Amino acid sequence: MVPIPYYLVLSAAMFMIGAVGVLTRRNAIIVFMSIELMLNSVNLTLVAFSVATGTITGQVLVFFVMTVAAAEAAVGLAIIIALYRRKQTVNLDEINILKW
Amino acid sequence: MTLGHIMFYVLGAGGVASALLVVTRRNPIISALYLIVNFFCLAGLYLTLNAQFIAVIQIIVYAGAIMVLFLFVIMLLNLGDDRKLSDAITVRKVVGAGLTLGLFMEVLYILLTAGPADSERAEAAGIALGTVEAIGAQLFTTFLFPFEVTSLILTAAIVGAVVMAKKKLD
Repeated sequence: MVPIPYYLVLSAAMFMIGAVGVLTRRNAIIVFMSIELMLNSVNLTLVAFSVATGTITGQVLVFFVMTVAAAEAAVGLAIIIALYRRKQTVNLDEINILKW
Repeated sequence: MTLGHIMFYVLGAGGVASALLVVTRRNPIISALYLIVNFFCLAGLYLTLNAQFIAVIQIIVYAGAIMVLFLFVIMLLNLGDDRKLSDAITVRKVVGAGLTLGLFMEVLYILLTAGPADSERAEAAGIALGTVEAIGAQLFTTFLFPFEVTSLILTAAIVGAVVMAKKKLD
């Protein structure tokens, strides 16, 4: 069986790739996909620890994370559609009415 | 080098490569398609950890439901041409990537020096750990209240999505 730290390193790498995406990309939808990447890599960590400790709690938590991710995707994409209707863009640099 | 190792390396490399492609591609549709590849790699990784239920749910919920939503919105907004969103390398991007790389090095250092010891004892229990039966038994006894609250979140999300995407926003 593959040692658990290997999974943790892989998960950290994927989380950081997602974080780079959130920090550097300006397309709202790609930022959203990067957030999904980060959620997924954390799920991998939870499953790895669940197997390492021999308890099921981590995998139940992954189930709840997936539910929240589905809700977040639905609401977030609705927000993007509403923004696009008002501003005709998904560029995050142009959506700055909450910035000062 | 067992089959599990080979699976881990192939799926791990595939997962990291597809994640990089998601972040770097200019066209959102291509990003979305690579994100699906990434989800499938993760489902395979869950299988190597004997988490069958999570692997199946990953494919059904993420690759099935969430990605359809993403592709639908991309095509609805007709975002194929992304050239207006300039992708020049700015100071902000370099700082962001550098900070993230630094954070990754820190995590790597911690995992390599003080990471959790690999437990061989859990492997025997691990086979039965991720089955639908085992998760269901916990979900409907110990975690019954959070499970019920989940339905509230989903209802709120449905109402929120409908209100947000309505034609008139007032």
